[in-house]
Amino acid sequence: MEIKIKVENLTFYYGNFKALDNISIDIEDRKITALIGPSGCGKSTFIRTLNRMNDLIAGTKVEGTILLDGKDIMKNEIDAVELRKRVGLVFQKPNPFPKSIYENVVYGPKRHGIKNKAQLDEIVEKSLQGAALWDEVKDKLHGSALALSGGQQQRLCIARCLAMQPEVLLMDEPTSALDPIATMKIEELFETLKKNYAIVIVTHSMQQAGRISDNTGFFLNGELVEFGQTDILFTKPRDKRTEDYITGRFG
Amino acid sequence: MEVRTEQNIYKQKKSRNIRIRKAKNIIFYSIILGATGFGILVLGLLLYQILKTGLAWLSIDFIMNMPSRFPQKAGIKSALAGSIWVISLTALFSFPLGVGTALYLEEYSQKGTWLNKLLQLNISNLAGVPSIVYGMLGLAVFVKMLQFERSILSGALTLTLLILPVIIVASQEAIRSVPETLKQGSFALGVTKWQTITGVVLPYALPGILTGSILAISRAMGEAAPLIMVGAAGYVAFLPSSPLDSFTVLPIQIFNWTSRPQEEFKNIAAAGIIVLMALLLFANGAAVMLRNKYQNRMD
Amino acid sequence: MREHFLKELEILKMMFLQMGEKVQEVICKAVESLKEQNLEKARWAIQLDDEVDKLEREIENKCMSLIALQQPIAKDLRRIGAILKGITDMERIGDYGVNIAKITLSIGNEKLIKPLIDIPKMATIIETMLQNSIESFMKEDIHMAKKTAEIDEAVDHLYKDIYEELHNILSQNPMGANQATSLLLVARYLERIADHTVNICERTIFMVTGDRVEIN
Repeated sequence: MEIKIKVENLTFYYGNFKALDNISIDIEDRKITALIGPSGCGKSTFIRTLNRMNDLIAGTKVEGTILLDGKDIMKNEIDAVELRKRVGLVFQKPNPFPKSIYENVVYGPKRHGIKNKAQLDEIVEKSLQGAALWDEVKDKLHGSALALSGGQQQRLCIARCLAMQPEVLLMDEPTSALDPIATMKIEELFETLKKNYAIVIVTHSMQQAGRISDNTGFFLNGELVEFGQTDILFTKPRDKRTEDYITGRFG
Repeated sequence: MEVRTEQNIYKQKKSRNIRIRKAKNIIFYSIILGATGFGILVLGLLLYQILKTGLAWLSIDFIMNMPSRFPQKAGIKSALAGSIWVISLTALFSFPLGVGTALYLEEYSQKGTWLNKLLQLNISNLAGVPSIVYGMLGLAVFVKMLQFERSILSGALTLTLLILPVIIVASQEAIRSVPETLKQGSFALGVTKWQTITGVVLPYALPGILTGSILAISRAMGEAAPLIMVGAAGYVAFLPSSPLDSFTVLPIQIFNWTSRPQEEFKNIAAAGIIVLMALLLFANGAAVMLRNKYQNRMD
Repeated sequence: MREHFLKELEILKMMFLQMGEKVQEVICKAVESLKEQNLEKARWAIQLDDEVDKLEREIENKCMSLIALQQPIAKDLRRIGAILKGITDMERIGDYGVNIAKITLSIGNEKLIKPLIDIPKMATIIETMLQNSIESFMKEDIHMAKKTAEIDEAVDHLYKDIYEELHNILSQNPMGANQATSLLLVARYLERIADHTVNICERTIFMVTGDRVEIN
């Protein structure tokens, strides 16, 4: 078991509101970690601290440490821009840029200084293949990304992340806007992606967490109630609140 | 049981209610149709009047001749050239200034601070200031203080001030309409703020920015009052060759002709108006095409 | 589609097969130990059954995990249901094996009251049945399952023959009563094993078709 991200005593405030309370969690490399919990429990806020996307929101405050390969990302040992390159984020709603498929994939690499056409072409092919989208779009790379279906758009967004050759993939409810077939395709994709990346996925669907993840964390009111191996958490949860939530007896 | 009584209530009300609602529908449709019709009618009459008086005087000579005391020989060449000079410079100044300010206000400045609010209030206010006031400002600052004299540069700078608030507000609207998710998507790839602005924000906002700018520049093209203040001449018999030359523009030339006693000059003025309108139409058309090109690229 | 789940299901089926093979071995060793009066073999059979029990728990856990995490439906659900019930049958079969081995131990080196003919014959049939029932489950072959279940009738006949034979011995030779009762129990165990095997076959048919069938 190799730990990619080690979070210790993380507390997070929006203004005076404590959104995360003393979270400690180990994210394993080449494993899928799922975070579940009711709306507003802090799971999305949590994964956005992992690549410091919350920096973009005014009036937030973070305490505690987040170690990526042992380096503290909060103390500017890693620059935020560099960090986001290494820790990619895929959003809830597919958000491809209103550009061609090709331009979407090379958007990041180009801005990180890769100009060579052949190299960019290679990145596009590899990333789209990595996101299991290549076969569907290889003939229309220069067509608009917005013409793709929702599921394809989301896979394009994953490809866009892969193009940066990240080490960690964060997914914020990546399938909540998709139909079941598209969801299944993306879930399958995770199976292959986890061979190379540490994946953290926030999901509303407990079933999804069960199907795809190795470890699961249950958040409630900004607190990490329980964290452990998925099969154990789903068959023998330690905490009563976890049991109530996953069995649908919540509230 | 309850459900049934509720249904009955609607049944009683149904016929009368629907008739009234439908009547209201028709009344409001008529009112707005009338409002639109009024505008079109007046515009049509005006256009008809101008075309009737001016079209006969419109010729290549009219466009190629310098102004003259004799209506038969009078032309619009210098005013046309002046207008093109002034507007090009105005566009050149106002576009980057306006878009830059809008970007600062929307993307960089701290929202909600008193400075920001003050700026915002002033910009909206300035959009409503009469153009003659800008003329006086131009006269004081550009002509006298900076000693640009009564030149194209002074005129263009004055018009720039005039339309800047409009461009800023329109650009702000356009920039604000860029979905937050796109910007976040860009940031999440480890892309810097400036790269996000050039890569996502501006391309997305450009059609909106262009629309606002086109309207503003069209307005500048028709302005006479502030330019009279900064001293555009009524009679220029040469073509300007640098931004520091003195100049006239179409609206002033037209204004000048309409104030002459001879009847023929009124006809020439009409012909001048046709040229001005054609120029406006051309400029707008070009800009709309440019905008559509960007919009298509987006979709 | 759902590669991960299919892989897990395949692993589960392999574990089920493994458990089946272990159970067969328990029965085989137990019956052999009785025939050869080999106490060592009997102890071995008893020990082997611990592994069967361990496998049963592992399979049960895995089934529950799969139900909790993968939400199987339709045939997938029936597959897991069939395995869950099937391991209970196999566990019982293993226990009967242990019982037979214990009888071997209790008879010890005492001379047998009669040469064993029908019991080994019955055991051979049952071993084939068990083998075939697991194979039909693995291959999801309902035809084979039906054929296997039908053999039960032959086992019942054999049991009746043995019963009558031992009954006669019992009434004629009270000295051998102890042994005769033990052997009667062995026959009874073997007959029960065949019934559990039939259960596995019926469950195979339910798994594949979704229909309940009652054979015999």
